[in-house]
Amino acid sequence: MKKEYVMGNAAIALGAIAAGVNVVCGYPGTPSSEIIETVAKHNPDKAIHVEWSINEKAAMEVAAGASYAGARCMVTMKMMGLNVASDALMSLAYVGVEGGLVVVSADDPGPISSQTEQDTRLFAKYCRIPVFDPSSVEEAYQMIQDAFEYSEKYKTPVLFRPTTRIDHAYANIEYDETVKPKEIPGFVKNSKRFVIFPRLSRMNHEMIEKRNPQIGDDFSNYKCNTVAGDEGCKKAIVAGGVSYAYAKEYLQKRTDVKLIHVATPHPLPEKFLLDALKGVEEVLVCEELFPYLEEELLLLAGKHHLTYRVLGKHTGNSPLAGENTSEDVAEAIGVFLKEVSPKDEEFIHKIEQIKGQLLGNESAVNVPKPPMRPPVLCAGCPHRASFYAVKKAMKGKKANFSGDIGCYTLGNAMPLDMVDTCLCMGAGITMAQGLHWTDEDCVNFAFVGDSTFFASGMTGVANAIYNNADLILCVLDNSTTAMTGHQPHPGTGINMMGDVVNKIPIEGVLRGMGIEKVLTVNPLDLEAAKKAVSECAECKGVKAIIFKSPCVAIVKKEAECRINENCIGCQSCIREIGCPAISIVDGAVTIDSAMCTGCTLCAQVCPVGAIEKEVH
Amino acid sequence: MSYNILLCGVGGQGTVLASKLLAAAAGRADRTVHSAETIGMAQRGGPVTSHVRIGDDVYSPLIPKSCADLIIAFEPSEAVRNLPYLKENGALIVNTSVILPVTESLNPSGYTGTEMIAYLRSTIDKCIMVNDGALCESLGSTKFFNVAVLGVAQGAGLIDFTEEDMLDTIRSTVKAAFVDKNIEAFKAGLQAGAEEKEKNPALAEGKEEILQRKLTVEEVEQINALKKEIEDKRNKSY
Ligand code: SF4
Ligand code: SF4
Repeated sequence: MKKEYVMGNAAIALGAIAAGVNVVCGYPGTPSSEIIETVAKHNPDKAIHVEWSINEKAAMEVAAGASYAGARCMVTMKMMGLNVASDALMSLAYVGVEGGLVVVSADDPGPISSQTEQDTRLFAKYCRIPVFDPSSVEEAYQMIQDAFEYSEKYKTPVLFRPTTRIDHAYANIEYDETVKPKEIPGFVKNSKRFVIFPRLSRMNHEMIEKRNPQIGDDFSNYKCNTVAGDEGCKKAIVAGGVSYAYAKEYLQKRTDVKLIHVATPHPLPEKFLLDALKGVEEVLVCEELFPYLEEELLLLAGKHHLTYRVLGKHTGNSPLAGENTSEDVAEAIGVFLKEVSPKDEEFIHKIEQIKGQLLGNESAVNVPKPPMRPPVLCAGCPHRASFYAVKKAMKGKKANFSGDIGCYTLGNAMPLDMVDTCLCMGAGITMAQGLHWTDEDCVNFAFVGDSTFFASGMTGVANAIYNNADLILCVLDNSTTAMTGHQPHPGTGINMMGDVVNKIPIEGVLRGMGIEKVLTVNPLDLEAAKKAVSECAECKGVKAIIFKSPCVAIVKKEAECRINENCIGCQSCIREIGCPAISIVDGAVTIDSAMCTGCTLCAQVCPVGAIEKEVH
Repeated sequence: MSYNILLCGVGGQGTVLASKLLAAAAGRADRTVHSAETIGMAQRGGPVTSHVRIGDDVYSPLIPKSCADLIIAFEPSEAVRNLPYLKENGALIVNTSVILPVTESLNPSGYTGTEMIAYLRSTIDKCIMVNDGALCESLGSTKFFNVAVLGVAQGAGLIDFTEEDMLDTIRSTVKAAFVDKNIEAFKAGLQAGAEEKEKNPALAEGKEEILQRKLTVEEVEQINALKKEIEDKRNKSY
């Protein structure tokens, strides 16, 4: 056994390895990305097949195939990826699996780095499959192994949903490094089982509805569904996910109130809950995202004619949106147990103020406001140059700029202001077409990153060509998936097995689809980039510009720029491009040499040529 | 009992390595340790925090508000931002070097750092101010501040692992090529921390009055009356 201090995501990966996983695939997305990276790192003899699939749907299908042959499979994604994968998962839920198949879908309450606050537990209910909801790193390590067992026992795909605070927390895990992947029995053809037809779906649907209560009963004895507190308590707290940890933090080892942990929200462990809630009159539910357990408890009360009151999001006892904090949960419990009165920020502030006045220590009250630190594109980021070139070339012309998901969404900030829409992966390309059909005189640009292009951009391009839309596709190709931590993709020439593979050329793909005007430019050459944009804006149909320059966060810098004595202090460089390396120090425009990458964009903007490049 | 250390700063300052070293040292000293990073968009100049929690009765991955025994702030405004996490008697180590927001030249916030430093000085008794430039002068780069500041904490008696635990941890965690420099940094911090301890007796004491003087009986009554008034109003509205 080896003891290691690891991140929650690594614990999930190590747990899967301990369960003898054979195939691991997924698509990057915060907060889930480190799971696959950890498996890849712990795969010295390449006994596990690990891949970044091109998107979550592909990942799900690769895993489904392998599972039919009896392999244990794990698919990883963030929760919005589950929307993409849902086509496959929904059907797979009917067909079922052979080898254990666990879908890790990381929820992001807050949302901290996501576009929605959706809840995977509800998705599990919608798919009618089991879901595991870990409340700590240690539990995640254990539970992912159990998830494989249950998946195989009931021949169903199983969801596993950690949240950001579990994914990015650290704890000591003890694991067996010597576990080998399971023997794979091999695919046994059986078209009655593996070919989905209406008849099969009808039959299996009924089987699933009959089976789920049995799984619920099974879960009623599951070791992670726990209850603490004395018999006869009139009050109970029901908690799931990290909120359970917050509740525990407040209650510690107290027994004067019941603390019920639901680790398997679907199928609901009814017997366990009925037993745990015996004699209870009031229940406070602590959970994030949807009022899932809250509604399940109401349902349960209806079903069994129970009279307990359920407090939670619907009753104003918990926040409706955003993530819970330890303090929120503590306050909710404190109020529930009548131990504290609800916090009133205004009131607290007033008291503090009076205290300060009485003591003549007013500075203690008037807390200075820390400055905001909004995220910006890195100094020298090639996306800044690409956006700037398009902006300059289209100055005074009517144009829409549809953005997409990635670092380049930050192109919306001043002074660039170059992202008018952003919806979901790949949507920029198709939304630009919709905008085009409402105003054909306007030039429509769609910005898409290289990884997003492979994930879900290509079908949108085909749609534009087929339906005769006018569109300038701008592929911001920085040869990596920068936003989520620089994962490789089909255009980079390496994969997660450590193989060097053929790069899929984006230019070749676009030409192959039939786009005639495909220009590749270096965005750091401002004149050339502007020329390419103007040239495309002149002609009809689908045109493409590939702005090719690597992400500066992963290349070693070789140069930096310096401002010389010719600077007239006009601050054009600051106002035009907003590079964070340029600032005003003691009245003079200055470049921070540690930050500057020598991209020379500012030098090309400077009207008097006062910025020089120095190569190391 | 638990001991909670919150590290905060701006993306790129090396808070994550510092928190890893603390957690590893705690593990080496056979303590139960948990930690969590709030990363978000950190790589692009946003605020970052690391929560290190040592003890057996810890459940939440993040330190609850008013529960940090020690805050190590790599930048003054980040110290202020995270002050709600500090315990009533908690200690603060803060770097006085200011980092302006990356958007400052475009969108001036007027932030200079002096108001933050003045505020911290006037409100926190157990406060150590250090300057990364001064502390790392002999090392040639402030990039070793993240390890040096751990030395300060150790020297001032604010973390109770042994010096050997910390040194061994540095040796086994940091990349081989940087071990010597980091040990040098830690030792520079140790000395600075020890000097601070001499200067500020409050650091060594357990209980310390945060306010300059105690409230008088009448003042307490005045506040209580006000509390009651507000409480009553609230109860009515329920
Ligand atoms: S060359 Fe100019 S624009 Fe490019 S990183 Fe340096 S300061 Fe920023
Ligand atoms: S990480 Fe790369 S792509 Fe993202 S903002 Fe920085 S330079 Fe640009």
